[in-house]
Amino acid sequence: MTELSVPQQAAAPTSESGLMVRAEQVHKSFGPLEVLKGIDLEVRSGEVCCLLGPSGSGKSTFLRCINHLEKIDAGRIWVDGDLIGYRERGGKLHEMRDKEVAAQRQAIGMVFQRFNLFPHMTVLQNVMEAPVLLRQAKKAQAREHAAELLDRVGLGDKLGAYPGQLSGGQQQRVAIARALAMRPKLMLFDEPTSALDPELVGEVLDTMKDLARDGMTMIVVTHEIGFAREVGDHLVFMDGGVVVEQGDPREVISAPQHERTKAFLAKVL
Amino acid sequence: MTTEEATTARARPEPIKAVPVRHPGRWVAVAVLAVLTAMFVHLLVTNEAFNWSFMVDKMFRPPIIEGLLRGTVLMTVSAMLIGVTLGVVIAVMRLSDNPILRGVAWLYTWFFRAVPRLVLLAVFGNIGILWSRVEFGVPFDTQLGQLFGIDNLQLRLFGFSSRDILTGFMAGLLGLALSEAAYMAEIVRAGIQSVDPGQTEAAQALGLSRGQLLRRVVLPQAMRVIIPPTGNETIAMLKDTSLLLYVPVSVELFFQLDAVGKRTFQIFPMYVAACLWYLFLTSILLVGQYFLERHFGKGYGTAQRARARLRTLAAETGGGGAGGAGTP
Repeated sequence: MTELSVPQQAAAPTSESGLMVRAEQVHKSFGPLEVLKGIDLEVRSGEVCCLLGPSGSGKSTFLRCINHLEKIDAGRIWVDGDLIGYRERGGKLHEMRDKEVAAQRQAIGMVFQRFNLFPHMTVLQNVMEAPVLLRQAKKAQAREHAAELLDRVGLGDKLGAYPGQLSGGQQQRVAIARALAMRPKLMLFDEPTSALDPELVGEVLDTMKDLARDGMTMIVVTHEIGFAREVGDHLVFMDGGVVVEQGDPREVISAPQHERTKAFLAKVL
Repeated sequence: MTTEEATTARARPEPIKAVPVRHPGRWVAVAVLAVLTAMFVHLLVTNEAFNWSFMVDKMFRPPIIEGLLRGTVLMTVSAMLIGVTLGVVIAVMRLSDNPILRGVAWLYTWFFRAVPRLVLLAVFGNIGILWSRVEFGVPFDTQLGQLFGIDNLQLRLFGFSSRDILTGFMAGLLGLALSEAAYMAEIVRAGIQSVDPGQTEAAQALGLSRGQLLRRVVLPQAMRVIIPPTGNETIAMLKDTSLLLYVPVSVELFFQLDAVGKRTFQIFPMYVAACLWYLFLTSILLVGQYFLERHFGKGYGTAQRARARLRTLAAETGGGGAGGAGTP
């Protein structure tokens, strides 16, 4: 149904090339509003890629396209060599069934700005729910793994608490553990610290730094320039639905080439 | 710190003893109500038409109690069980991506909400007119048989006579339950839609299928919104069982009271008895609903969070109170 216009020579990249995510000419519109106007992006395995840009620049939308929470109108996205949301057969694209999309999402963890923990479940249940439901692990194993993950994010003593009893920073760390419980090969962070009180931002960033140090491939939409500079391997600056500038975070932040990047950084720094 | 000490050091001012605002209107209202109540009691005691002794004598007779238990209480419970279950199914259909399911669900709610319950019950009570026997099997078997040259082909698995099944209790139950399902579907739909879309997204991002996320994430949270109006629906259903008179269902409270009244030409006392019985039954349900709503009103959400916050606050200040709130 969705006509995807992309040059035919685009061959699916394989995971051998070390690419975790490859996006080509991604376009997305909401009604008459074109939010993404052809995004190209490559993220290598084990890399931390930070997406920076003013609000409305399309960075969150692009992130949501990677796990097919938003359907793209044109272009292609591959994660670990698999085309997201579609199957290519005989030069034609076929929409995937809900089940297949769900299976693809299992390998991609996502952390939201507003945590979106399940309020009717305890912290432990939040983390072990998906692995048990999707039969990835037996209940006892899942519980053990969940407890381990919660310990890792520093919440080993909160297993029985409900999300409503936790601070924002604690909730976000639970959300990170919940995403990790599915043993994803890629983690997406959608402004993970934007809804937090300033004094709680640090604990979440520390958790993310640990994760980066362990070699997790991460794409992070953020306004935390410090985090991008310290942890990021790659920085992408977006504005108006296009990638304006990208490169090594330290270089881009200290010596931005483009006017729009300069203007944005001047305001944030 | 210094300012805090300064405020605690100063003497606490005297509690306010002000003259309250007077409400003369309330006294007038009390007087009017007292007169009206006296008139009403006078009517109850002196008017012969009430025939209290006759009413009390008849309203506890076995056929009436049986009608109350089977036609009113059992019918309410059964109709609500079927109605809620079917209502959830229809609500989920209504919110499905599948346009066929959505259309069918819309058509169902449209029909059963548009036809009054009384009329619906009259129709179901007489539905036996359509078929003398109801049988299950291959549809259009006789017609298909004729196509292939077989006379009177019958491919039926089982069946029953309408007169055995589709009258009285079953017809009434069918009418009430199907109509209730339409209302419940709307309530459940509102409940599902009240759940933060972020919950669905989080579940989707984890790789849960639509069914799984609905069952494990969305519906449990929708319950908070669904439960209180379901209590209202149950009370309304209890009262609507009186409409079974038009099916007719004979083993039912109002049918029995009405019958006694007509047989003895004492119609009014029996209608008063009906009022008293329904008042009694709905009052029990109202008490139940009060506790149910209180239970689901707290749970998670603001109340619990506020209490937790108060507890931590109390722990932090450790009772070694700033402000000296304890002194009278």
